[in-house]
Amino acid sequence: MLEEKIGPWRDETASKLELESGSRVAVIGGGPAGSFFSYFLLDMARRLGIDLRLDIYEPRDFSLPGPTGCNMCGGIVSESLVQALAVEGINLPPTVVERGIDSYVLHMDLGSVRIDTPLREKRIAAVHRGAGPRGVKDTKWRSFDGYLLELAMGNGAHLVRGRVTDISWKDGLPQAKIQGGPPQAYDLLGIATGVNTSALKLFEKLDLGYAPPKTTKTYIADFYMGQETVNRYLGSSMHVFLLDLPQLEFAALIPKGDYATLCLLGHEIDRPLVQRFLDAPEVKQCLPPEYRVPEDHCHCSPWINVQGAVRPFADRVVFIGDCGVTRLYKDGIGAAYRTAKAAATTAIFEGISAEDFRRHYWPACRAIRADNALGKIIFAITRQIQKRRKDRGGVLRMVSREQRTERGPRRMSMVLWDVFTGSAPYRDILLRSLHPFFLGRFVWEIIAGIVARIWSINGQKH
Amino acid sequence: MENGALGKVYQDSQVIVRQGEVGDCMYVVQQGRVAVVQERDGKEVPLAVLGKGDFFGEMALFDREVRSSTVRAIGEAQVLTVDKKTLLRRIHEDPSLAFRIVQQMSQRIRELDAELVRMKASVLSLE
Repeated sequence: MLEEKIGPWRDETASKLELESGSRVAVIGGGPAGSFFSYFLLDMARRLGIDLRLDIYEPRDFSLPGPTGCNMCGGIVSESLVQALAVEGINLPPTVVERGIDSYVLHMDLGSVRIDTPLREKRIAAVHRGAGPRGVKDTKWRSFDGYLLELAMGNGAHLVRGRVTDISWKDGLPQAKIQGGPPQAYDLLGIATGVNTSALKLFEKLDLGYAPPKTTKTYIADFYMGQETVNRYLGSSMHVFLLDLPQLEFAALIPKGDYATLCLLGHEIDRPLVQRFLDAPEVKQCLPPEYRVPEDHCHCSPWINVQGAVRPFADRVVFIGDCGVTRLYKDGIGAAYRTAKAAATTAIFEGISAEDFRRHYWPACRAIRADNALGKIIFAITRQIQKRRKDRGGVLRMVSREQRTERGPRRMSMVLWDVFTGSAPYRDILLRSLHPFFLGRFVWEIIAGIVARIWSINGQKH
Repeated sequence: MENGALGKVYQDSQVIVRQGEVGDCMYVVQQGRVAVVQERDGKEVPLAVLGKGDFFGEMALFDREVRSSTVRAIGEAQVLTVDKKTLLRRIHEDPSLAFRIVQQMSQRIRELDAELVRMKASVLSLE
């Protein structure tokens, strides 16, 4: 009876496309999505005794500083991902993590408040995707992307240092070609190019049914400050700003080794907006007095995925990470890990046909997409709070009260922590912020703020 | 590099996990070493020394018993806490995340088996 409703447990005729010993896999893109996919695909294949040949195509050299070795990102590895990776046996070393983050400081025009994690433990990693910003004087830390790529290679992946210039089909197999080399046929293509590339156009002509993600521009910059100054002014806290600036959804200053990374997210961030942000007194107080942003600082305006790709799979092809589906605004590296693992487990345990990916890979992507829809609501609410002084006051009062008391629930602190760090699903955050105790306390703090302000004004009159 | 170490620093002999307490997280050693000891009849029996990449306290994730052993830092140790809820949610989404935990638990059962055989063999030789 149950089988009539949901169909057979597994339709054995659905897939005849499978990986077996001797199968060849190409991964196009050696960023986190590509490296995670390669690492876990080879790991699971080894557990089953399947001997694969896997080539990662990556033109960048992550040991080089500046744009040539960078994948353009704020460089935050979320709390939940740090924990998951540790369980996987991937413990991010201090030679890669430039700073462990244990708290954040929320800055508003009404004041600032520091929010510590309940455990007061460094569980967020600030990294550079490449070997550091352009002009870095001393490469003290390794590239995060380079570290993951080495892990994949340690598991048996082969690195092909070249840009794929053509993708074609021959005898039912996809082929990848780099300049000056013959086309190479593969049993499976894992596409992990991200969205800041023209490589995605290669797939349009293949008529896979794939449509690239919708994107928006962001702004990322690295300011040299020196390790001592970073320690003194930013410490081990991520500094988050709730400012009433149009187009701006999120702004953060992230301390790293010798640098602070500025990360602005929103709609079409342009240069005037960046300047207005840097001129805000709330931002200036986080930097040394008389600090001037160096003229030649390393900065970029990468595109980010804000609406996932359509049909990020086909027979023998799967799109992973940013060029498929990712998390809205936060924890893109975490989404790369999740989609990479879902794609790898599907390819190893289920098969590599479009139907296999639709049944077993797509649900992971769909869950992220559904959560992003709730994320949009959360960011719309945050935007409204940013605009209203009374609401901002309510947030500040509630968080300050929670941080002063050792015991008791820290409802607002944890909601903000999860919004800003990307550590929890948006669904969880929304449910917690709709809790009657949360809403009741927030309204109470807004009213208390208004009353206190009226008393203060009356006091001044008398 | 010390700014980049993840987790929490425990000083020499500082207790990370205490036998008999209720636990709701597991731990992964990031740097340094920790000693696992069990208290029995007022004496401490050393069970294991764990190093970088090893984890402990994982039994609390799967049963609701109290901690079976005490774990202390040997010298300075950096240890990362993994929340029960976060991990179980991830395992629910992606069961393969538990592969390594099962692998380590399996390894420990093998070691216990070997220890049991050694003890029984020594008892038999005494008889």
